[in-house]
Amino acid sequence: MSKFSTKRADTGATISTSSLPDIIFILLFFFMVVVKLRETNMKLKVVTPYATELTKLEKKSLVNTMYIGRPTLAFQQQYGTKPRLQLNDKIADLNEIPVFLERHKVKVPEPQRPGITTSMKIDGDVTMGFVTDVKTELRKAGQLKLNYSSKKRTERSGF
Amino acid sequence: MILNKKKGKKSPEINASSMADIAFLLLIFFLITTNIVEDKGVLVRLPAWSEEPPEDLTLNTRNVFTVLVNGQDQLLVRGEPMKVEILKTKAKDFIMNPNHQEDLAESSKEAIISLKNDRATHFKQYLAVYNELKAAYAELWDEAAKKKFRKETIDECNKEQQAEIKSEIPFVISEAEPTSFGDEK
Repeated sequence: MSKFSTKRADTGATISTSSLPDIIFILLFFFMVVVKLRETNMKLKVVTPYATELTKLEKKSLVNTMYIGRPTLAFQQQYGTKPRLQLNDKIADLNEIPVFLERHKVKVPEPQRPGITTSMKIDGDVTMGFVTDVKTELRKAGQLKLNYSSKKRTERSGF
Repeated sequence: MILNKKKGKKSPEINASSMADIAFLLLIFFLITTNIVEDKGVLVRLPAWSEEPPEDLTLNTRNVFTVLVNGQDQLLVRGEPMKVEILKTKAKDFIMNPNHQEDLAESSKEAIISLKNDRATHFKQYLAVYNELKAAYAELWDEAAKKKFRKETIDECNKEQQAEIKSEIPFVISEAEPTSFGDEK
């Protein structure tokens, strides 16, 4: 045993661990930056429902997001309790949808434009009346690819 | 001078050997709390908008699977109340009509799903119904893939095979303008 250890000590081949904290810190900072802190501040309560037939949205640049829900408590004074639409970080009216879609469209290269999908983050307790109005606006604006954002339901008895 | 000497005697170095452990703990904390946000959902294609009223198609009633959802989130499927849980099996039966019943679809090609809801229907119920109908077709496609091409799911088939299955069992869903018996005031 002693022979072995002395041999090692002679060569002085110990790996220096003094830089280990730095490496770990770099990893730490990486994850802290990557953690997505919700970039839009929500003025609506949106809890998406559960579903099984899910499709993943692959290309982030081809997706624009709309939120439909009821205003949170802090905004009920201002906007009431009926379902509302949120585009980016402000509550919008239905007639602002075409402008919103156009603004996103110009950023996408021409050949990819047919692939643009609208991700609809709709609260489960919103009534369909308002959702239908939004859908009608989307159809008028020619945005026909929708994705009703929902969470994965694993077991069948989740109703 | 004297002060300096005093300090010099004590080792002023902070022991940094536990720094790695602290950093590791933080790292693991962030690893666990990070949920990589991925956007998933039910993909839908809306029909194009046209100002003219849709032309009146006279369809054989046996080929139409009407699903009505009222303002209380209750289902009426072909005139009968139904639970969402059994909607998928009923829809599959209707589309394929394995026993060649008189009142179910003539063939899977002719079958049409008609979905109508109220303005007061909750979105989660609407999505649940839509999801079940989509699931019915997805299962039928998988079954067809198994039978025809000996593949587990339709995703394993190539493009032509997928197109063939989907032309054999086309997913046709027609959504009518919702009724407005119970809209929010």
